[in-house]
Amino acid sequence: MANWDVVIGLEIHAQLATKSKIFSGSATAYGAPPNSQADLVDLAYPGVLPVLNAEAVRMAVKFGLAIGAVIARRSVFARKNYFYPDLPKGYQISQYEQPVVGKGSLNVVLDDGAVKTIGVTRAHLEEDAGKSLHEGLAHATGIDLNRAGTPLLEIVSEPDMRSAKEAVAYMKKVHTLVRYLEICDGNMQEGSFRCDANVSVRPRGEAKFGTRAEIKNLNSFRFVEKAIQYEVARQIELIESGGKVIQETRLYDSDKNETRSMRSKEEANDYRYFPDPDLLPVQIEETFIEAVRATLPELPDEKAARFARDFALSAYDAGVLCASRELGAYFEAVVQTLGAAHAKLAANWVMGELSSALNRDNLEITASRVPPAALSGLLARILDATISGKIAKDVFEAMWRDGKTADDIIETKGLKQITDTHAIEGVIDAVIAANPKQLADYRAGKDKLFGFFVGQVMKATEGKANPAQLNELLKAKLSGGKEPV
Amino acid sequence: MTMLHNLSIGELADRLAGRQISSVELTRHFLARIERLNPRLNALITLTAAEALAGAAAADRRLAAGERGRLLGIPLIHKDIFCTDGVRTSCGSRMLDNFIAPYDATVVTRLKSAGAVMLGKANMDEFAMGSSNETSYYGPVKNPWDTSKVPGGSSGGSAAAAAARLAAYTTGTDTGGSIRQPAALTGVTGVKPTYGRVSRYGMIAFASSLDQAGVLAASAADAAAVLQVMAGFDPKDSTSVDAPVPDYPALLDAPLKGLKIGLLREFFDGLEARNAALIKDALKVYTSLGADTMEVSLPHLPLSVPTYYVVAPAECSSNLSRFDGVRFGYRCPAPVDLNDLYKRSRGEGFGAEVKRRIMTGTYVLSAGYFDAYYLKAQKVRRLINDDFRAAFQKVDLVLGPTTPTPAFAIGAKIDDPVTMYLNDIYTIGANLAGLPGISVPCGLVDGLPMGLQLIGPHFSESRLLGAAHQFQRATAWHTKAPGGYE
Repeated sequence: MANWDVVIGLEIHAQLATKSKIFSGSATAYGAPPNSQADLVDLAYPGVLPVLNAEAVRMAVKFGLAIGAVIARRSVFARKNYFYPDLPKGYQISQYEQPVVGKGSLNVVLDDGAVKTIGVTRAHLEEDAGKSLHEGLAHATGIDLNRAGTPLLEIVSEPDMRSAKEAVAYMKKVHTLVRYLEICDGNMQEGSFRCDANVSVRPRGEAKFGTRAEIKNLNSFRFVEKAIQYEVARQIELIESGGKVIQETRLYDSDKNETRSMRSKEEANDYRYFPDPDLLPVQIEETFIEAVRATLPELPDEKAARFARDFALSAYDAGVLCASRELGAYFEAVVQTLGAAHAKLAANWVMGELSSALNRDNLEITASRVPPAALSGLLARILDATISGKIAKDVFEAMWRDGKTADDIIETKGLKQITDTHAIEGVIDAVIAANPKQLADYRAGKDKLFGFFVGQVMKATEGKANPAQLNELLKAKLSGGKEPV
Repeated sequence: MTMLHNLSIGELADRLAGRQISSVELTRHFLARIERLNPRLNALITLTAAEALAGAAAADRRLAAGERGRLLGIPLIHKDIFCTDGVRTSCGSRMLDNFIAPYDATVVTRLKSAGAVMLGKANMDEFAMGSSNETSYYGPVKNPWDTSKVPGGSSGGSAAAAAARLAAYTTGTDTGGSIRQPAALTGVTGVKPTYGRVSRYGMIAFASSLDQAGVLAASAADAAAVLQVMAGFDPKDSTSVDAPVPDYPALLDAPLKGLKIGLLREFFDGLEARNAALIKDALKVYTSLGADTMEVSLPHLPLSVPTYYVVAPAECSSNLSRFDGVRFGYRCPAPVDLNDLYKRSRGEGFGAEVKRRIMTGTYVLSAGYFDAYYLKAQKVRRLINDDFRAAFQKVDLVLGPTTPTPAFAIGAKIDDPVTMYLNDIYTIGANLAGLPGISVPCGLVDGLPMGLQLIGPHFSESRLLGAAHQFQRATAWHTKAPGGYE
């Protein structure tokens, strides 16, 4: 492994969030009864013709602008010819030699915090195919053409990634971006965002790429990582044992965690691409590009840089908070009420308690059971020392469960922190009096027993003693008014 | 009194408007002619008599309500390449013998709303691939002038029906001459408009970048009235052009004085003397009408046939992939697996000429051959286009024969595709360049009609129709009917 370089390129298919299909008026909603969203154009009836959905072009241009890519003033739809029952016309309309989006790039932050630029070769528009259904049909295959004609943006990267982790970081970045741009819902279970990975290995230091295998249709970040890891290991093992990697298409089996050969280059289709004579070349004017540019939101990298700068957050924290537009908005709403000075506290809570609660209940940030105002209400009570950070976690759980405000919960449960010096001293005195042996040991130099006394006081106050005050007072009491040894 | 079927569309419209005849009577008249004459010709493959009479009755109601229209209540026959809602649309193929179209082509919709009455569907070469109407699954169409001769193709049924006056006019499509060549061989007027002038939606595709719908009729004036309704932008066809449609009938008499007509030098190479003489005669007619004539050259035109036979098969090989036995059309009995379903459905559903073109097209698009054939053909296509453009810098329209010879015998060329393909040598150029063309009868050779072809710049249909119309006012060739069909 150490003697090998890994080279990875991804082809990401992002389903564009248009209301209707790319060349017909049919709806694109997911999960409708089979063939209820397929009209004569989708069924490829004799005589029908495709008409390009301008919204799909607008979305592609939006993506192109977001990655700083060249937008082609003229792009051409081509036919990719092959026979398959879920491909009604016998060809897929795609873009081949002249895609709408040319070269661009985006930055990913690696685990060690380093920033790496990944090149995007091109992004082109195409239509999705339908799907074959086998379940519940004896001696027959059903064809569902609801998905046929759904617009896809195929985003092709340069072979710039050097590990499975980099590939995942890149894919996540694209995922973040398309959702920021609101051009794709990013739903990977439903297949709205998926990728093919081109993987090859070469001896370390070698300039020439090795022979690549293409792993088809990976629809989760985890599968991308595992499939690539498996494939890299397979290729290295193959070469080291004297074999040769052949150019082929492979499928990843997530149950067995392995890739399997689907078809070799020799068996590959000759797609006989040629410009589709039913569609005119897409001409894009400068004014159109500028109009689209004006609709671009603040992009993830810009937002993360602003968070890092304005809120004094680490690049890592800022990056996590900007992973989705909604998460960033939530965080900003919290900070707005709390004040920028306390942004780090807000960041910790959003990335910590809030994120784990969302994950646990499998909720999107927009469906959070604790809205931003409620979270800032809670954090304000930490800041004004009404409750400790530890108690706050319990309060948060109660808020999540009951949907009440932090103040309600603190009030009804009597969780208000004890900050009265005399009250805390009283408890400390009682604890010391009840534990003479521990006191003697502590005074004899067993410093670790300090924690024991803290625990006892907290137990007695049900955790409400102000931790800072407690520490100070306890130290003084334990040392018996003398300076500690 | 002139028989109803010999009246012009304008005259029929006047009589319908004056309530001298009803659309139902007119429709019955044509249905009776079809019943009597079609068995000799095989021009119609589907008769829709009941629907026609219902449509005629509806047109009569509209007429009675005071509505007027150039085509209202007037019967036509559609080439069976146009989808007609609820009516079999076979495209001349076994593949679609069982196909009832679930919608109307835009051409059909437009004519239907104008009150046109469809009598039936016309025979044609299978998927419009042929120049003799011998490739039809439904058997060859006979030429009314001599039933041992072909009527031309692929709109052979439409041409024979128009020549035999089985309807007031017929629709056709022209990919490499499929309207003009059969119009010439049957002595009728055939118009192939500019590419994009008429919607292709609902017209079963052969070669998408070349296909164009048009009309076959007894005269340029009749064709003008029909084209007026057919033409126009259609949002369902991205290649249709959003440009206003001129009032073709109103512009028919625009003076020809000073019109510059170019005689196409390349069209006379190897043309038989008697045919050449007819074209020269036509030129004299134009001179007498005040036009200036000069010779022009399209040096790349001789390459049009090989270019066409790369481009058209390439597009057809892809266009016809949808006929796979899965969703509609012919499906082979008891397929054992998917490949068997594909192979047998297509092998049994398509005829020899269609298969030949699919194979040719698949070949020229294949990896390793694409550059040498498809790309090269596209380059030549551009050169031919440039030739025409240069010619139209000098002249307003060009003139020549529509075909090298009059109608040939059924069976004479069907086994020799290359000879058959050369029959389209004069018509293909206009398709490759997307130009409008018209063929008008200009004389007889051995008792068979010959066609004069006029080709103009893009969207010059009114000029072409006007030139054809004024030629027809000065001559009587278009009024000659084949014996037995007067």
